Amino acid sequence: MAILIDRSTRLLVQGLTGREGTFHAKQAAAYGTQIVGGVTPGKGGIDHEGWPVFDTADEAVRETGANASVIFVPPAFAADAIMEAASAGIPLIVCITEGIPTLDMLRVLTFLEPLPARLIGPNCPGVISAGQSKAGIIPGHICREGRVGIVSKSGTLTYEAIHQLTRLGLGQTTCIGIGGDPLIGTTFVDALRLFADDPETEAVAIIGEIGGSAEEEAATYIARHFRKPVVGFIAGQTAPPGRRMGHAGAIISGGKGTAREKMAALRRAGVQVVESPADIGAALKAVLRG
Amino acid sequence: MKIHEYQAKAILSRHQVTVPRGEVALTPAEAAEIARRLGGIVVVKAQIHAGGRGKGGGVKVVQSAEEAERVARDMIGMTLVTHQTGPGGRIVTRALVEEGLEIQRELYTGLVIDRSSRRPVMMASSEGGVEIEQAAAETPEKIFKEYIHPGTGFLPFQGRRLSFALGLQGAEVNRGTRLMTAIYETFIATDASLIEINPLVVTKAGDLIALDAKMTFDDSALYRHHETRELRDLGEEDPLEIEASKYSLNYIRLDGNIGCMVNGAGLAMATMDIIKLAGGEPANFLDVGGGASAEQIRNAFKILMSDRHVRAVLINIFGGILRCDVLAQGVIAAVRELGVPVPIVIRMEGTNVEDGKRLLKESGLNFATADSMDEAARKVVELAGSGQWAVGSG
Repeated sequence: MAILIDRSTRLLVQGLTGREGTFHAKQAAAYGTQIVGGVTPGKGGIDHEGWPVFDTADEAVRETGANASVIFVPPAFAADAIMEAASAGIPLIVCITEGIPTLDMLRVLTFLEPLPARLIGPNCPGVISAGQSKAGIIPGHICREGRVGIVSKSGTLTYEAIHQLTRLGLGQTTCIGIGGDPLIGTTFVDALRLFADDPETEAVAIIGEIGGSAEEEAATYIARHFRKPVVGFIAGQTAPPGRRMGHAGAIISGGKGTAREKMAALRRAGVQVVESPADIGAALKAVLRG
Repeated sequence: MKIHEYQAKAILSRHQVTVPRGEVALTPAEAAEIARRLGGIVVVKAQIHAGGRGKGGGVKVVQSAEEAERVARDMIGMTLVTHQTGPGGRIVTRALVEEGLEIQRELYTGLVIDRSSRRPVMMASSEGGVEIEQAAAETPEKIFKEYIHPGTGFLPFQGRRLSFALGLQGAEVNRGTRLMTAIYETFIATDASLIEINPLVVTKAGDLIALDAKMTFDDSALYRHHETRELRDLGEEDPLEIEASKYSLNYIRLDGNIGCMVNGAGLAMATMDIIKLAGGEPANFLDVGGGASAEQIRNAFKILMSDRHVRAVLINIFGGILRCDVLAQGVIAAVRELGVPVPIVIRMEGTNVEDGKRLLKESGLNFATADSMDEAARKVVELAGSGQWAVGSG
């Protein structure tokens, strides 16, 4: 079954005509994703690699019936692209762009509050439902249809976890990169809620990192409501305080947001927390057997 | 991006936040001249990008221009160590010379983005001057908060609520509201990520003045703030980190001796973690990016090899979009060209991994390879600690 996207998803690519947009649209199509067109303001009416290009998201939705959008638009324009997609009625918006100013995201999240749109990201690798469809840049060939859901702040660590699960024969249902920025759309808790209702997802891997308190909030949710086994890993156990570790949100400030606190909170919630990212797959195998 | 106190005060002052009269001095003579112009008691404050300066001898109250000059002579050029600088401290290159004030009360106010509520939050506390983080941990009930809707901005009633909570009285209440409104407007206008006034003082005359000020800015928004970019003080940053930033490499220098080269920020942090788990110490955080090219690998080696503490290098790459064979070619070319004098352990996984491993083996270069992250970490820790690469050996 999977969550968020599947074979029936009709995906629009905002920024299709750019280098990244084109490359990843082709990759997604090769994976089986239904790409229905692109949006590049000023290039409406052209055909790009066999896909129709529209000037506005509104027009694209009207013409193609798109029900999801993936955004490969430069950071200065990406916030606007998200809001355009939401106002066109697109229910699922996946923003890959890294480097969107925080105050732009503040406006975006406020704009989205009354709308039904769900945002994934920004600054994330996107979403993939194994064997079905993908919106983003997660390499499809490392995935196998299976039993585990993944939700993660990090791109390559997600790929590591996917790879381990594939090798162990467990496979994945849906993998969601939620992004490492301070302000993001879908949170760990949001993703867990979706996995809770998906009968095919038997266990979940949650991959966090230093900064903020999203992992602690996930721990609270898991303790109260989540009944499937969860394995957790937190990156940045050795990160120095006050330094931003690559991701805009990965910073220990004022002594808060440390890996130690997050690991402890998850453990208290019954999550099987591993110290090494190499152990994520094996830990899932163990909890599924048990 | 961080800036100095005097720069933050100049920005806040332009947005109608009252700050003490004062100017920055680069020399003792300038400090004397400024003190003379101000007259009376003045305060000389070392300007570094770290807090805790008072305890480290970086803040001095003086009675005359001559004394200001003498104090500035000691201060400018000194290495100031505070709990925020690390043991190496920072060299002071400039001092802020300000008028002394007759202080009645010390308060705190600050503005950040609260990630959970997704709102800017104005914080205020009557426990000014102290470590606010400590206050937040020990006595959270003494920190008052107002969450701000971006559509309306900071509202007058929110300012009054915080002002009354701080115990301000009479005309001070409206001054408090005006000050906090100005802080919010400064934050939005400059794409700040933090503004902190600690302490905010109430003078004997009932004025509210920002006695200290800290501002940091959102790096992602600097493209639209030319005037803020100009305030960057490269002297406060690690030279290798500045060099790395020119190549768009995410590099942070640490204290250990195992250089790391990784694609992706999360995996780069996790790589530091497994080195530590294996008993070693990472020399750096280095994210070469999700789709690292051969050119980026070469640049990354240059940066790693410029750190003379590095005794071994661990390359940990997950090839997703980036193919392992392409990566291997990049590593081989860089090592041949730059002549890396320390052992290199490579762990790669993902697309075309077998081709990549074969290329490494056939190169004739002395790479150690590992199949898992754990094995890679154990190997690199062993090689770094073996002593065969001791200082002076090459």
